[in-house]
Amino acid sequence: MTASEKKQLMAMACKVRMGVIEGTHAAKAGHPGGSLSAAELFTYLYFKELNVDPKNPRWEDRDRFVLSKGHTAPGLYAALANRGFFPVEDLLTLRHIDSYLQGHPNMNTVPGVDMSTGSLGQGVSAAAGMALAAKYQNKSCRVYTLLGDGEIQEGQVWEAMMFAAHYKLDNFCAVIDNNGLQIDGRVADVMSPYPIPEKLRAFGFEVAEIDGHDFDQIEGAFKQAKTVKGKPFAIVMATTKGKGVSYMEGQAGWHGKAPNDQEYETAMAELRARLAEVEAM
Amino acid sequence: MADVKKIATRDSYGAALAELGAERPDLIVFDADLAGATKTGTFKKAFPDRHFNCGIAEGNMITVAAGAAAMGLVPFASSFAMFAAGRAFEQVRNSIGYPHLNVKIGATHGGISVGEDGASHQCCEDFALMRSIPGMVVISPADDVEARAAVKAAYEHKGPVYLRFGRLAVPVFHDEASYKFEIGRGEVLQDGGDVAIIANGLLVNEALEAGKVLAGAGIHARIINMATIKPLDEELVLKAARECGKVITCEEHSVIGGLGEAVCALLSEKCPTPVRRIGVNDQFGHSGPAAALLKQFGLSAEHIVEVAKEFCGK
Repeated sequence: MTASEKKQLMAMACKVRMGVIEGTHAAKAGHPGGSLSAAELFTYLYFKELNVDPKNPRWEDRDRFVLSKGHTAPGLYAALANRGFFPVEDLLTLRHIDSYLQGHPNMNTVPGVDMSTGSLGQGVSAAAGMALAAKYQNKSCRVYTLLGDGEIQEGQVWEAMMFAAHYKLDNFCAVIDNNGLQIDGRVADVMSPYPIPEKLRAFGFEVAEIDGHDFDQIEGAFKQAKTVKGKPFAIVMATTKGKGVSYMEGQAGWHGKAPNDQEYETAMAELRARLAEVEAM
Repeated sequence: MADVKKIATRDSYGAALAELGAERPDLIVFDADLAGATKTGTFKKAFPDRHFNCGIAEGNMITVAAGAAAMGLVPFASSFAMFAAGRAFEQVRNSIGYPHLNVKIGATHGGISVGEDGASHQCCEDFALMRSIPGMVVISPADDVEARAAVKAAYEHKGPVYLRFGRLAVPVFHDEASYKFEIGRGEVLQDGGDVAIIANGLLVNEALEAGKVLAGAGIHARIINMATIKPLDEELVLKAARECGKVITCEEHSVIGGLGEAVCALLSEKCPTPVRRIGVNDQFGHSGPAAALLKQFGLSAEHIVEVAKEFCGK
């Protein structure tokens, strides 16, 4: 990608992060930590990778994205809103009564959401079903899904991985956000799923291991994914939970907690400063 | 009656899928290593490229089917009732029910007539589980004709449907030429005004047999086949309650949460009526030949007769 493209993506990642902070602050609830760790991924998907049309969110031949770690809806919503699927101001209605922006993604209320998720381990199966269906329908679209590293403790995730490899779903790409933290603490302490890449390879995947905050590496992995034939692809990205907000970084406590007014001001000031810095590049 | 044809509704399911598949290219089938038993193997033989075995992983199968439905296909996902409705309940609830996706769950081996496999495989809780999901249609056909018609109706219906089929061969009493199935519509098989017997699944035939015996004893029972448990044909139930004054429900399911409770809930709100529920009485089944088990658990014409006589004071 060009330097200017990269700069635009970096600026957008800041805006996605701002949307996460604004939404969870307004909701007084929600999951900022894992939304922030995946901000670059959400940005890359909706501003570079996915063949989607905000004017026609249900276009049949679009690429699909399933947010298997559905609790990080604030990040997905921020990307969708910035991409033009719905007004950015609506992010402030997150989790409010009667808002279409539910705490976890609802495919029937949110334009651009391809599958209702929230119960961990299921989105990945739905994505595999979509990829299988796309092959049966001779559609050239691709299906992407994002999982948490804690989420892969769910046995169903591995049923889905087995399925994707068995049916040679080379139109399927699973991204694992390895931020190392889950509600109860370090993923390694709660119930270690490591080593993740080796497990995925043993399940029949081609795997890329990248820094999930580096757009060059993200692009490299997504390009590689398209070259692999006859087997599914996985991207294991090392990330920092709470990335971009100093006091949230690396803190499991920010998995599912909203910033208060003062914390909100601090976070937004940091993100605005980062955005100015990127724009001045 | 000697030459009544007997067919297991699981066989009807497989046959109906194969028949529908010929005209409906958007129909695909998922199974979880039970294609021989659920009879989706019949479809597989005809359309091998549209039958996807998911292995012994029912939760994944149900959610994979949801994903395929989100792409516009009409998936039928099959396993034994115990695993399709029981093990995968939360997947059905969250990935099919909540998004209201167009998946049909074809669950075979419902109830204790599974027989020798015993309690672990005898699902008597599936109506209760599936009924509790908003927007889910729940159907338990009584014989081959109805089962095949129900599969086609489920395909035409836009939205999730749970279909329960049996392992045991049961008498075919519907006339294919004249029978019409409609989701949410009960069927009066025999008129009568002394007591209404509302049944589904293999208990419908038992109720018909009971009706004959009762007639001999001067009790004129109205026999209703209530294949659709949800949405319930409220009008037909209320009419029967008003006109008969007594209602007996019969199902191869726990008395908790199934047809009996659906009928009781309706009647207690809109037309309080004495009810007797025939079903599995809050207990697990066990191994044994299906016919012997049905008799032992009171899921038989004889028991229906006993209950009706006591109920009617005769």
